[in-house]
Amino acid sequence: MAHRVGMEVSIAVSHAVQMSRAEAIAAYPITPQTHIVEHLSTMVANGELDAEFVNVESEHSAMSTCIGMSATGARTYTATSSQGLALMNEILFIVSALRLPIVMTVANRALSGPLSIWNDHGDIMAARDIGWVQIFVENGQEAFDHSVMAFKIAENHNVLLPTIINLDGFILSHVVEAMEFPEQEMVDKFLPPYHPMFSLDPKNPVTMGAFAMPEVYTEVKMGHQMALTGAYEHILKVWKEWGDLTGRHYKPVEKYKTDGAKILLLTMGCLSEVAEVAVDEMRDAGLEVGLLKLRMWRPFPFADLRNAVGGAKHLIVIDRALSLGGAAPPVLAEVRSAFYAMRGRPQTSSFVIGLGGRDVAPGDFKKIVAQAQEEAQQKPTEEYHIYGVRG
Amino acid sequence: MEKFGYAQGQKFDTYASRLMPREEYFTSGHRSCQGCGEALAVRWVTKAIGKDAIIAHATGCMEIVSSGWPQTAWMHPWIHVAFENTSAVASGIETALKILHRKGKLKGDMPKVVAMGGDGGTTDIGLQSLSGALERGHNFTYVCWDNEAYMNTGIQRSSSTPYGAMTTTSPPGKMSIGQATQKKNMVAIAVAHGIPYVATASPSYIFDLYFKVRKALETPGPAYIHVLSVCPTGWRSATELSVRLGRLAVETGVFPLFEVENGKYRLTVEPPKLRPVQDYLKPQGRFRHLRDKERAFIQKHTLAQYELLLQKCGAAYPEFPVLTEETEEEKE
Repeated sequence: MAHRVGMEVSIAVSHAVQMSRAEAIAAYPITPQTHIVEHLSTMVANGELDAEFVNVESEHSAMSTCIGMSATGARTYTATSSQGLALMNEILFIVSALRLPIVMTVANRALSGPLSIWNDHGDIMAARDIGWVQIFVENGQEAFDHSVMAFKIAENHNVLLPTIINLDGFILSHVVEAMEFPEQEMVDKFLPPYHPMFSLDPKNPVTMGAFAMPEVYTEVKMGHQMALTGAYEHILKVWKEWGDLTGRHYKPVEKYKTDGAKILLLTMGCLSEVAEVAVDEMRDAGLEVGLLKLRMWRPFPFADLRNAVGGAKHLIVIDRALSLGGAAPPVLAEVRSAFYAMRGRPQTSSFVIGLGGRDVAPGDFKKIVAQAQEEAQQKPTEEYHIYGVRG
Repeated sequence: MEKFGYAQGQKFDTYASRLMPREEYFTSGHRSCQGCGEALAVRWVTKAIGKDAIIAHATGCMEIVSSGWPQTAWMHPWIHVAFENTSAVASGIETALKILHRKGKLKGDMPKVVAMGGDGGTTDIGLQSLSGALERGHNFTYVCWDNEAYMNTGIQRSSSTPYGAMTTTSPPGKMSIGQATQKKNMVAIAVAHGIPYVATASPSYIFDLYFKVRKALETPGPAYIHVLSVCPTGWRSATELSVRLGRLAVETGVFPLFEVENGKYRLTVEPPKLRPVQDYLKPQGRFRHLRDKERAFIQKHTLAQYELLLQKCGAAYPEFPVLTEETEEEKE
């Protein structure tokens, strides 16, 4: 039987990795991801997890070491944040092109400069196009569930892509929450041992990481694109299987009080829970407001998003990252392109909030909705707003 | 081995060319330049490694000439990831083998793990990951192919380029003598990590090279081998002189062959007499612009370095060449 626990979310993630029987871990300390790897190294030291833990000298080497581990055939895990993710950047593209099913937790944190250890989505948005499966979670239970499911998604021979679970740094990673842990037996049944399709083995030698001439590079990238978009159906299958076992079902785009809503907020990550409170209060006040929560970031669930919007006329997209000098912050850019070719598409407004750990309260969403409604009557003057800039 | 073999008459295996492995692990058909000393080194290092091994290779000449998809020159399981991280990749391979072996997923003997990279990928951009892997004590062997510049990208200087050499980014000119700095002492850096085995080697001394690679592989823990690889393209030397130049590097004392076992230095090839460095510099176009003054300086520096090495080895001093200071004075 599953049992309920109260636990810091970072530690829950390390338990998820333990229950997934990860075999090889390489990591470098960076706030706010540290609690995850600290606990994993403790588990390895105490013999509670039969794995090898390598303390590397940088994140660049962390991801490179993970490549060696995964290419040799071990179930491989790492975690990072912010500058660490940026330092890995070069290697992230190679991991997915090598089709190695490494699982990584990114405790999202703002990028320097100025240096900030606090939360926003700037780090992962700078690594948006690395060709990995990318999932955002909202609370501790989701962080646990998706950490286990990530291995099953990544290692599926029809997918074979590395997978990132994004959880908001500090405001989710360092929070103690109530969660339900499954039994090890159930996890073992759900997630069988990793069987690589190819590995570095002297009995069956292969060359990995060959270079490509112009004649084949495009075709390889097309194959990568097809693998990532094709991962969609397998992700849904894994989520369904998990849902059937645990009763917790997940969708690429989650809806909250969207029935009859004229205005929809769209959020990603743990801000969604704050937005839910705001939606409740606005509904009580008679406003026809609902909420869409984007869970699957790569591959981007275009059809799910279009369907989820339903009859709503106005979509307010909340971003936690910037695209400086560009047309739109990252989430808005995807959302607008999802709707651009659609007849009777909803109007979109865009707000960037919660940068570098700036606190966001339910009242902020109410203000945003009011401002968006007001501006909807007028001609748009700005592509997007950076909300709450102090004068 | 010719007139100067292994020093001190220590016990060693007998090697004869007919007894060397006939299997090829770095196969013909790769695209290296004519007279490439590095490809020769790779061929013999892989023979010494034998079948049961996994190789991680850094970006560089040997990667680019050998692994254009869909072809490969490598008979070993082989992985290339990027330029600066091959030691980290090898760390991962070694770690995975350990856990897979412990869990019973890997049966039989543990394959050897070998990382390879050029001098740029080792002494410059890859130094951090190499240092990390050496410090962590992974059981692997790192082989550096040192052709003394970024040859693959068009002969740009690296920290391993010797003093005075002309490269496309250290060109001689009115204000420049070419490379203005001394070659980074990568071997000393490896030794400073306190690893059990470090050696220099050269494909011009095949048996010495073979012996060292075997020894490195059989040593538990990290081992580092620095191979001088003559590059006719970058050194502006005749392609048929590659093996000869490798020998001249040793015979002039520019690149002595030695090993450091648990901190103990030993010269493995002891020339009874050092030739003047001019013999080594002259056939190479990259040193053509040097005046006698700089040549004399290189000679002096080479001997000073050689003396330091002999002290460490506790070896007898050979006959040193006469310094050419008179030539310098004559000019002035």
